[in-house]
Amino acid sequence: MTIEELRKIAEAEREAQKKYQHHVCVCIAAGCLSSGGDLVRDAIQKEVVESGMKSEVLVKGVGCMGLCSAGPLVSVESDGKMYAGVTPEEAPDIVGSLDTGAGGPAECPTNVPFFERQKKIVLENSGKIDPERIEDYIAHDGYRALVGVIGEMSPRQVVDEVIKSGLRGRGGAGYPTGLKWSTVAKTGEQEKYVVCNADEGDPGAFMDRAVLESDPHRVLEGMAIAAYAVGAQKGYIYVRAEYPLAVSHLKTAIRQATRLGLLGNDICGSRFSFHIDIRLGAGAFVCGEETALIASIEGKRGTPRPRPPYPAESGLWDCPTLINNVETFANVAPIIRNGAAWFASIGTEKSKGTKVFALAGRVTNTGLIEVPMGITLREVVQEIGGGIPDGKRCKAVQTGGPSGGCIPERHMDLPVDYESLKGVGSMMGSGGMIVMDETSCMVDVAKYFMEFCMSESCGKCVPCRAGTQQMHSILQKITNGEASPADLALLEELCDLVRNTSLCGLGQGAPTPVLTTLANFRDEYDSHIEGRGCPAGVCQGANRNGKEAAQ
Amino acid sequence: MSAKAPVRVKTLTIDGREVGAREDQTILEVATENGIFIPTLCDLPGLSTVGACRLCLVEVKGARGLLPACVTRVAEGMEVAVNSERLDRYRRGILELLFAERNHVCSVCVVNGHCDLQSLALRLGMTHVHFPYQYPRLPVDASHERFVVDHNRCILCARCVRVCDEIEGAHTWDIMSRGVDCRVITDLAQPWGKSESCTGCGKCVQVCPTGALSEKGKSVAEMSKRRQFLPYLTLMREGRR
Ligand SMILES: Cc1cc2nc3c(=O)[nH]c(=O)nc-3n(C[C@H](O)[C@H](O)[C@H](O)COP(=O)(O)O)c2cc1C
Ligand code: SF4
Ligand code: SF4
Ligand code: FES
Repeated sequence: MTIEELRKIAEAEREAQKKYQHHVCVCIAAGCLSSGGDLVRDAIQKEVVESGMKSEVLVKGVGCMGLCSAGPLVSVESDGKMYAGVTPEEAPDIVGSLDTGAGGPAECPTNVPFFERQKKIVLENSGKIDPERIEDYIAHDGYRALVGVIGEMSPRQVVDEVIKSGLRGRGGAGYPTGLKWSTVAKTGEQEKYVVCNADEGDPGAFMDRAVLESDPHRVLEGMAIAAYAVGAQKGYIYVRAEYPLAVSHLKTAIRQATRLGLLGNDICGSRFSFHIDIRLGAGAFVCGEETALIASIEGKRGTPRPRPPYPAESGLWDCPTLINNVETFANVAPIIRNGAAWFASIGTEKSKGTKVFALAGRVTNTGLIEVPMGITLREVVQEIGGGIPDGKRCKAVQTGGPSGGCIPERHMDLPVDYESLKGVGSMMGSGGMIVMDETSCMVDVAKYFMEFCMSESCGKCVPCRAGTQQMHSILQKITNGEASPADLALLEELCDLVRNTSLCGLGQGAPTPVLTTLANFRDEYDSHIEGRGCPAGVCQGANRNGKEAAQ
Repeated sequence: MSAKAPVRVKTLTIDGREVGAREDQTILEVATENGIFIPTLCDLPGLSTVGACRLCLVEVKGARGLLPACVTRVAEGMEVAVNSERLDRYRRGILELLFAERNHVCSVCVVNGHCDLQSLALRLGMTHVHFPYQYPRLPVDASHERFVVDHNRCILCARCVRVCDEIEGAHTWDIMSRGVDCRVITDLAQPWGKSESCTGCGKCVQVCPTGALSEKGKSVAEMSKRRQFLPYLTLMREGRR
């Protein structure tokens, strides 16, 4: 494959698509699929055939468009219209309105902040291309970066470009991606691996799933560029078995890319070979931790081990291993295509580019969003999220999943970047964002995440295994209205112990939801303990016991 | 070039004392050589290290957090503190968590007086357990002809798993499940007596730090562990390599 051949494929595909006057894109990613996206696609396709418009209308199954709570979503590319909550019965209306522009079902406005305030890099093709056709990806500049890199750049130049872009890991900790690549590259000529972390275990998170389902080739291209840069010959994608559609799209994509010589032996006629295999995770949250993930790929029990040595030095089968998150890899091709300077111009001084979030909780618009780093929490919640429904007030925003924290309303003007979120005791994490209003009890929230950590603890190290159980039972006692101030002191002592002595990030981060809610909403804890009940009215036990005490 | 790889040495300080070490040694090994005590439970010389019990955590100047001495290699100029008020507090906390997690009733235990967990608690001045006891209901498996596993006393250190896999080569033991539900199992969670891979060598029983694994026919406080075979076997192996 040469750049010329690639251009030919892209042109042929564009020509073929141009023949159709109308492009109707129906989301068939997991969110819309669960509300019948595939039935809608079939109904529209049938309608198109029956009304004799087969040569005019192209019906595409595409990936996520973001507004998942309003699915199934249909967008008509030619006139920019979007329909939400579409039923198969509405297919004739939609098809009928294509030529006249009138008579279709109620439109979902796209000139609203939810769409306009977003900035798409990772999700640029999402909802636009057919994820099961490599030609569609190539027609959208796909694989141009990889072919260009192999033809024109040295591995060192690729690493430098990624360093200059300022890209940081999107899997949680925000480690500089270029630095990681250069470390693996420095280990010299030997067997090396590139691993894509697609375990995505945070409750409520589905950023990586959306990328894999909507645009799988983007991840493959990122991995191949990484492999070229660090000198690896073999790659693994570790993806949860609960993502069957993502797995199926990935398998198709690997097959297609291999057929075109973009993966496999002697890629683009060079001496660079790179093979990718898929490994399925069995749904343990801890297997997203890099050393546990490596153990799992090796066929061992998925438990973390102490670092150092870091995987970059000694990973899969003791070989140097580059491990990055799905979203991290998804940023690579655009960086190479548009240049490091372009990427570095987006975002803040230390956090470049965009971040994909799964916006959830008490906001009007929930779904998948991609925003430039540095946008404030308020803009995300009020503008993109459309504010809090039912005239309620925002109380806090939870970021970072089970190891993250609750950011109180007074910090809403904080820019969303790695340092700022860390500064208020939370973290960027992989992209969960849960909005809470007056009806959320912060103790209950802390208990929810503690329960998650307790049941997902691998059990290897004592503080996490036994400590999360102790902390959870104290939180249970508080929400039952049965705790005393001494219990709260014990809880704080346990937070300190577990955070500082646990082996891996799961245990070290488990106390964070408790610590941030204690720091910002201590009065809520006190209320439960002093018999004044649960202020949000969530904890029935605390309310009951509170009343008894008052009588 | 000589056939022998050169031995590199490092100097570091442990609690202010200057000590010398081979570069492939861990902080724990060097401390032990120099008579400096660091509490351990999961570590056992001769077995691979797992860094699981977290009792050996030490402070290393410039490091981001506490480091497990049993797996952390020495480095030139490293400044290590193995004793501090904070470390003492954490170590007692971890021991208390262990005591509260399962049913460690020393007065009726076969290894009373010969138990690593008990003697550490004494040595670290753990006077009481201030976390609520969880009292889980756990089984005892006495199906093996000569040995017993009592899950109430198990601290999940995985010494049995490692000795069986790494020294005996049988890999009878493993750990199943997650979090507090973890349990040591033989074969695929079969009764020990039904295990087809167990050779009956008893190494697991000898390395177990508590009364979780014991020999049949021993009464309260009668079981003590014999671990002399380990250094001998590992030495023979290394010699063969
Ligand atoms: C308990 C735990 C769970 C994790 N889960 C994930 C995950 O699901 N996906 C992920 O990409 N990283 C996860 N991580 C972070 C990884 O260990 C690792 O840092 C990351 O994959 C590195 O990629 P990046 O540099 O591109 O972020 C997890 C870490 C911990 C401690
Ligand atoms: S911190 Fe928790 S998840 Fe991590 S190794 Fe320890 S027990 Fe396992
Ligand atoms: S049975 Fe003994 S050696 Fe095995 S894990 Fe439990 S305490 Fe450790
Ligand atoms: S002895 Fe080091 S962690 Fe257990």
